[in-house]
Amino acid sequence: MMSERNYKADFPVFETYPDLAYLDNSATTQKPRSVLEAVSRYYREENANPLRGLYELAVKATDAYENARIAVRDFIGAASEREIIFTRNASESLNLIAYSYGRANIHEGDEILVTISEHHSNFLPWQILAKEKSARLKFLKCSETGEYTPEALQKALSPRTKIFAIAQISNVFGRLNPIKEFAEICHKNGTLIVCDGAQSVPHIPVNVRELDVDFLAFSGHKMLAPMGIGVLYGREELLEKMPPFLYGGEMIEYVTLCGATFAELPHKFEAGTVNAGGAVGLHAAIDYISTLGFDEIERRENALTVKLFGEMQNTPHVHIIGSDDPADHHGIVTFTIDDVHPHDVAAIFDEAGVAVRAGHHCAQPLHKYLNLQSTVRASVAFYNDERDIERFTDCLKTIRKRMGYNE
Amino acid sequence: MSNFYNEILTDHNLHPVHKKELTCCTCTRDGVNPSCGDEITLNLMIENGVIADGSFTGSGCAVSQASSDIMLDLVIGKSTDEAQRLHGLFMKMIRGEADETEIGELEEAGALSDISHMPARVKCAMLGWKTLAAMLENNS
Repeated sequence: MMSERNYKADFPVFETYPDLAYLDNSATTQKPRSVLEAVSRYYREENANPLRGLYELAVKATDAYENARIAVRDFIGAASEREIIFTRNASESLNLIAYSYGRANIHEGDEILVTISEHHSNFLPWQILAKEKSARLKFLKCSETGEYTPEALQKALSPRTKIFAIAQISNVFGRLNPIKEFAEICHKNGTLIVCDGAQSVPHIPVNVRELDVDFLAFSGHKMLAPMGIGVLYGREELLEKMPPFLYGGEMIEYVTLCGATFAELPHKFEAGTVNAGGAVGLHAAIDYISTLGFDEIERRENALTVKLFGEMQNTPHVHIIGSDDPADHHGIVTFTIDDVHPHDVAAIFDEAGVAVRAGHHCAQPLHKYLNLQSTVRASVAFYNDERDIERFTDCLKTIRKRMGYNE
Repeated sequence: MSNFYNEILTDHNLHPVHKKELTCCTCTRDGVNPSCGDEITLNLMIENGVIADGSFTGSGCAVSQASSDIMLDLVIGKSTDEAQRLHGLFMKMIRGEADETEIGELEEAGALSDISHMPARVKCAMLGWKTLAAMLENNS
């Protein structure tokens, strides 16, 4: 399968750790050289405070920052760059919606529907909002394999449901939800759909107009970009009516002692000095992904998942959470091993040079729903190779023995 | 680290001696590591300043459970002052500051000395000891 290009050569971290099987890509990805160089070039050649200075260098900084916004617009198929707000990460994007749109539009007795498998960042902002506004937080439940059906959604909606919050790809199941179909159902009901794209945007083509979502949030650091840059996409007519989230520098139009008018979109939502270096890094990450192409990304990630899956299914005492079909997992394989605590599993993998995540993956309500205390998660990216999977499975087979089970 | 999951640790995890209810305990306390979900309830029977008996219940990773069991092995029969001193020694070992004689005093708990190189697991090994120390503090 992998006699092809060695993508790891693009990632300097593997020069430092040539034998590391990095299988924690859902938590954050490694960064290619082109991204690191773009950030460095920005700070060496273009750095000034964007959107403020009138001198040449400040204009360069502004261009670098705003070009990144245009790259994001094109990458997710938004109609206008006015719909692209830079944030720190998906969590901040989702909080922005809850604080700004939520506080202005959710009233006592309204309903907010979230799925039981949401990451805490698409769950807690809604829980807090509902408490504050005496609104009702309702949960859409999934099947044991993590599937949500249009019928169940239809049933869960009421005339009072104002918001439906759902991840396009669950960070535990890896399953892709039918967002387009869900958006249609929501809109017929007068409900907005808030989509968490943190696990989908890095791995599959996502087009906001095709999906017809009202909001989409994602993080740069899960898609090869630096940490500290994220995106909120919002439909322009919604963003237009929303009050600012944070107040401060460069988000105003005019300020007096008794009031202020605010800047136009998107700057209304970007108070204070922005993360221009991060935005430039995200731009470079988008260029890298676009050159590689999602066909190639999906082909490689799927092939690696299939191999991983086969080996895991053949290992006694290992239980994969979610669908039996690797194609449903989008590179995310969450599992348990009988009678071995996930933290011990992760520590033994660490010893073998394999990085995996253990815990509840910021999805405690789901773990409770599935009656699991915690789990282990291996997640692949296109730059992983067969050796990484072999290193993982070789270690996997020894874990129960290491813990003193003789079988 | 290569010997971290050694026989002492796996044996205390799979076959804990003190993991049970204690019918006539004089004090009991819960300990929890919220981020990993390890939890224990520690029970002690203290008579005339001596830990006459002790047990724990709960669930969590092998390190948290085995460490609690090993700790009870060590402190049962000792005075509360001595238990507090051993807690201090254990902390010292975890920080990588204990010498061989001190690690020797910790008996089987010395098998966890490698944890000083594993910052992510320190709180697992500490759970039982932390709970014990808080209990003795409260008791004195």
